[in-house]
Amino acid sequence: MDKNKPTVAVYKFSSCDGCQLSLLNMEDELLNLADAVDLAYFIEASRATKPGPYDIALVEGSVTTPHEVERIKEIRQEAKFLIALGTCATAGGVQALRNFADAGEYAKIVYDHPEYLNYLPTATPISEHVKVDLELWGCPVNKAQVIEVVVALLNNRKPNLPTYSVCLQCKRRGTICVLVDKGIPCLGPATIAGCGALCPASGRGCYGCFGPFRDANVPALTEALQKVERYPGETMRLYRGISGNAPLFVKAADAILSTGTDTRKETK
Amino acid sequence: MVTQQIARPAAINTEHLLEPQWAEVTSITKEINDVSTYWLKFTDPAIQKAYTFEPGQFNMLYMPGFGESAISICSDSNDHSKIGHSVRFVGNVTNAIGRLKVGDVIGLRGPFGTYWPMKELEGKDVFISCGGIGLPPLRPAIYHILHNREKYGKVTLLYGARTPADLMYTNEFDDWRKANIDVQVTVDRGDSSWTGRVGVVPMWFYQFRFDSRKTAVLTCGPEIMIHFVIYEALARRIPLESIFVSMERNMKCGQGSCGHCQLGPYFICKDGPVFRFDAIQPFFNVEEF
Amino acid sequence: MPNDHKPEIGSTIVIQKETFNAILSRLKEKGYETIGPRVKNDTLIYAPIEQMDDLPRGYITEQDAARFHLKHTGHSRYFDAIPGAQSWKQFLFPPRAELFALRKVNNLWEASTPETKTPSYAFIGVRACELAAIQIQDNIFMRSDFNDPIYRARRERVFILTVDCMYPAGTCFCVSMETGPRVKAGFDLNLTELEDVFLLTVGSEIARDLLKGIPFELASAFLLRNADQGLERAASQMGRKLDISNLPDLILNNLDHPHWQEVGARCLSCTNCTQVCPTCFCWDATDEMSLDGKETHRERVWDSCFNPGYSYQAGGNTRPTIRSRYRQWLSHKLGTWKQQNGTLGCVGCGRCITWCPAEIDLTKEIPMLQEEAR
Repeated sequence: MDKNKPTVAVYKFSSCDGCQLSLLNMEDELLNLADAVDLAYFIEASRATKPGPYDIALVEGSVTTPHEVERIKEIRQEAKFLIALGTCATAGGVQALRNFADAGEYAKIVYDHPEYLNYLPTATPISEHVKVDLELWGCPVNKAQVIEVVVALLNNRKPNLPTYSVCLQCKRRGTICVLVDKGIPCLGPATIAGCGALCPASGRGCYGCFGPFRDANVPALTEALQKVERYPGETMRLYRGISGNAPLFVKAADAILSTGTDTRKETK
Repeated sequence: MVTQQIARPAAINTEHLLEPQWAEVTSITKEINDVSTYWLKFTDPAIQKAYTFEPGQFNMLYMPGFGESAISICSDSNDHSKIGHSVRFVGNVTNAIGRLKVGDVIGLRGPFGTYWPMKELEGKDVFISCGGIGLPPLRPAIYHILHNREKYGKVTLLYGARTPADLMYTNEFDDWRKANIDVQVTVDRGDSSWTGRVGVVPMWFYQFRFDSRKTAVLTCGPEIMIHFVIYEALARRIPLESIFVSMERNMKCGQGSCGHCQLGPYFICKDGPVFRFDAIQPFFNVEEF
Repeated sequence: MPNDHKPEIGSTIVIQKETFNAILSRLKEKGYETIGPRVKNDTLIYAPIEQMDDLPRGYITEQDAARFHLKHTGHSRYFDAIPGAQSWKQFLFPPRAELFALRKVNNLWEASTPETKTPSYAFIGVRACELAAIQIQDNIFMRSDFNDPIYRARRERVFILTVDCMYPAGTCFCVSMETGPRVKAGFDLNLTELEDVFLLTVGSEIARDLLKGIPFELASAFLLRNADQGLERAASQMGRKLDISNLPDLILNNLDHPHWQEVGARCLSCTNCTQVCPTCFCWDATDEMSLDGKETHRERVWDSCFNPGYSYQAGGNTRPTIRSRYRQWLSHKLGTWKQQNGTLGCVGCGRCITWCPAEIDLTKEIPMLQEEAR
């Protein structure tokens, strides 16, 4: 192996593996990538590993167990540049729903012997535990964005990632607004672009996988969405989704619950 | 309103949007810690021959894969053999330029924009007041004055930088002084060896005498400095029409098309960067406009 | 009537509706890609149409702030559905366009430009407001000192068949903006749909040739009056109105008005208004670089002044707040645009009202500046 090639390690925390699969799914690009970098540690792709330290660490998943709290610290020490890969790693992911409930209750429902489990009461993003150099959102991550980040790192520049909402991507691909046209609640107007506006293009509202953009006007979106709810509480549930633990969405859902504008309560 | 007839840029591809002409880096001069001057020459001699610019204009420099950046031209407009750009390394494009070596090529489109009204200024006193990276776009104006010294009255350069180490082009100051340009320098923070002025540019206006009927003020630098320079100039009864400002914004196309650099009715890349102050005054103090 | 007879420019002829299929065929024979309104996924888009049956016959659209509904009413007319989110802008100023590719060879960059044939479009069913929007974009992209080669190549080839609007939608205000509902000039053919027949006004030599041999009669005074009455009725049925008598001054004199803050609190900064607007022209250029850094593709894409990164440059963001972005949009559209191009940037099509999820309605915002400014 070329000594000049940067070494890359890929780690999994609590997650569905989907982001690692997107890496493996790159096919053509993966060959080029393997040419450009030394995939030194990527268990899902190859059992052969090389010892650290690594130039780039890609970390998938959120921190949900005491063991993971320790492990991420070790990984940080071995990584020059650490990227949180996917919304589990950047915001906690869908498993962060437990943050708004009693994880113990969930465990009792699912497992016969929850006492064998050793877990934390919350699922948290990597950045709550160690310094993260770059966050790449998405459920799963967008492969073009992954490549852009690697290309940027190899070429000494900041990656060009979108700063705008999903709506702009919808319009660039000619998708008609599902929120206005069909009355489908859609988090697109508050969500940062990156997926290529996949869901609206197939007639569904945006689930906010890529998280809110920096100054997304979530309160104004709440007002718009509550007018088109198809069942009581839909807006609140939409925020409490894939990126439910992203601070702006937490605030939005909490605001609905606390001000009593949660339409579920009205119909009870 | 400033109405300048701007010729079609020499280094521009009208067939293919944004496709640059190519220029070779012939030499690199380190100016200060984070600024170097890149001396460029077109790879196509015909373009090099046709290329002319006016003091105050800028080029779009393109690093393939990184993007374009608007950089003002800092060299002598009489020198047709090379084009100078003092580049401060702050973003993706400029940092990539910072890794260029002599012999490398870079994309260039230009020249774009309005320029300092050197013709109109003839017979006048010229007070150049600039800060930091605001000096490079004014250096061609200074060269023009040097070549035509007899056409201008009293000429002053009041130039400020953050620290003594951030002062640019200091090795030329003696030449400028010899040509009877009053070069005055100030820094925000001195160091142990600094015996000159300490303080921001506008606060030294009181040390100069202005004949408001025949003085023109030329300014470029951080927006906050420009604000106070104008304030000081107006306080000395310099008319709005005698104040010229070079503005900066996010310029992407250089041709008043992409919309990014708008300031009110103006595209800074096309209707600026050099404005007569009365043209922009209505929008100048509007917050976040 | 002899078969090679051609109507004169400026004359209005009457044809049977089914004859329109022959016109579409002629256009295709001449190499045009015929684009018109079509129903897809229960909404209205602009897409290739092969024959009249592809048109939204019997449909109307109900539009209000943040509401669009395509409705089948069963009437027999082809051109009653007021357009949806899409506009002709996407064909002349494509949302994404590859500019060039570069490859580094021996320390030099070799350029290659995509070898795509410039399409020749025939726009079928351009509304008066939409034609005005195209003419506004002509001023942006085909100036004496700047020429957008992508736009110009497409624009020069386009065939424009306009349609008089007989049944405006709830967010229409072309009367206020003085752009419609009657199509004035700049078309190849203008179509007025009456109950049983189409009236066609000939606007160009290309259109004259196109009609050669197509059976027609000159429109009678009765039919012309019929069309006039329809247009007068349409003008009286605008869903919105806007007093532009004191624009752009009203906006330019109120840049610090507290109302900007108020509307900024409601605005999502989602970019929808700018993207559906048929005159908004902002764009960005991006590079897609290969892993080894030796190849790049440069692309031009639609951008928006509501994109938080739009005015970012090293040193900061000129418009860091939604308030400042909304003010930029509206003060440009209904203010500084006039100084830039001689007209306001709004044609009264109402798209920004219909497609704003937050129901922001510029016909309501402008009067707020008016009222409180007094």
